[in-house]
Amino acid sequence: MKKTLAVTLVLAGTLGAVATAQAVDVRARFIAANCSYCHGPDGKSRGAIPSLAGLEPGYFVAQMKAFKDGSRPATVMKKHANGYSEAEYEAMANYFASIK
Amino acid sequence: MTINRRDFLKVSAGAASLAAVGTLGGCASVQTGSAGPKVVVVGAGFGGCTFAKYLKAWYPAANVTLIEPNDHFTSCPFSNTVLAGINKMEDIELPYTYISKLVDTWVPDTVVAIDTAKQTVTTAGGKTFPYDRLVLSGGIELLFDRVQGYDAETQKTIKHAWKASRDQTGVLRQQLEAMPDGGTFVMSVPMSPYRCPPGPYERACMVATYFKEAKPKSKIIILDGNPDIASKKPLFLAAWKKHFGYGTDNSMIDYRPNNMPRSVDAKKMMVGTEFDDVKGDVINVVPPMRAAAVTGLAGVRDGNNGNWCTIDYLTFESKVAKNVHILGDSALTNFPKSGSVANNTGKMCAYALSEIFAGHQPDPAPVVTNTCYSGTGQGTAFHVATVFRWNEEKKSLVPPKDANGISAEESELEMAYMEAWAMNVWSDTLDLPADYKFTAKG
Repeated sequence: MKKTLAVTLVLAGTLGAVATAQAVDVRARFIAANCSYCHGPDGKSRGAIPSLAGLEPGYFVAQMKAFKDGSRPATVMKKHANGYSEAEYEAMANYFASIK
Repeated sequence: MTINRRDFLKVSAGAASLAAVGTLGGCASVQTGSAGPKVVVVGAGFGGCTFAKYLKAWYPAANVTLIEPNDHFTSCPFSNTVLAGINKMEDIELPYTYISKLVDTWVPDTVVAIDTAKQTVTTAGGKTFPYDRLVLSGGIELLFDRVQGYDAETQKTIKHAWKASRDQTGVLRQQLEAMPDGGTFVMSVPMSPYRCPPGPYERACMVATYFKEAKPKSKIIILDGNPDIASKKPLFLAAWKKHFGYGTDNSMIDYRPNNMPRSVDAKKMMVGTEFDDVKGDVINVVPPMRAAAVTGLAGVRDGNNGNWCTIDYLTFESKVAKNVHILGDSALTNFPKSGSVANNTGKMCAYALSEIFAGHQPDPAPVVTNTCYSGTGQGTAFHVATVFRWNEEKKSLVPPKDANGISAEESELEMAYMEAWAMNVWSDTLDLPADYKFTAKG
């Protein structure tokens, strides 16, 4: 389901102004938005839960893997890590890395 | 006339024809703002606000109208802390100032009619709004007539506090404050499925916290319609034992499963179950509930004996009314009826519609999550967390292996996370600015 840049560029050409806004990985943007009710809008937390915005992608993916295999202790994050694939960890990591 | 999605896609090929949509959409009321498909949202709670915000972010051309009678948001999550005296009502009341600016049209009114054939919504103020897509996020309707004696007069004395407000949660707190030490607080748990499964058991913790400090001879009787504690059972039992003497002769909490309240009497201050009459100094009965009244107006309560709304998991579209989408507590799903789920499904519906409006298929394999904290009132909290993914075999969103579970034990760390969750979900839902000053604590 991941939309490649090439596909979205073709669509942007056909649909003009409407599709230009779609020149992003919309699925990554959606699954990253799943995180924001705990980690804050766009991953910018307003409390004790860590922010995700601007994290280095390799660090983000390594933490998700560590939650999953239990090497990093967790409260809720082991369950969340078990619910996503490694490709999705990377998609979310790239999305949050792009947030300034 | 209204422009349907296919027509819209035909005319939206160029910027010039986009402008034409506005003139073609000349229906009962004048459309202002964005020229794209008309989306009417009913209900500015966790589902409706989040949907509106993310649809405007992901498909800015959508013309979004949000209809909501209340002039501010009152959070049901954290409202039990008001009963403990940890927060006051103003700490869980938040402004619509920001989200109302984000949508094209904000309508402070109540919906009185929905015509799903003509695709229009009419408000008490007499305005009619045509829609291409209708999103119903009205929460729940409480069924007072299913409890004998729970009439308008009785409702002045006996509060449900299951929709947080000054008249409900605020008054219940005042009643608890006025109760003498040694008094009895009688509360109820509705039959599943109901809004906020762990909420009643958290409520018992919060009221017990207040009694422990201020009225230590007082008791709490929980009349549960269900055969057992419906959510986070080992954690609530452990908290009741640790903090409130549960299981001893001196327990502050008297838990009674299979005790559905059948009647209430405000003069005698009595709750009747099938087994007995239970007397209380303060009575808090949550009546049975179903999907919000607006879903009744739309004729979309098709599930669970006509009480809740079945939906297509990929779009949250009603199974019985085209172009009508149901979010939050009104929907009959595998998800618990929580604020996190309403927020997250709001995004999922916005994602699906932004794809459909752009001429794409909606994501065939979406993901939705729930993270729900409960406080003990004693500086600790615990969670349930679940990821729901598309399962092709079941044609449903279900938790994959090990992606569902509860805390090992209550902790102060999770109390800090619960507070952060509240600030973040309120910010995410209501589009509160980064420097917004919150006053609520856990």
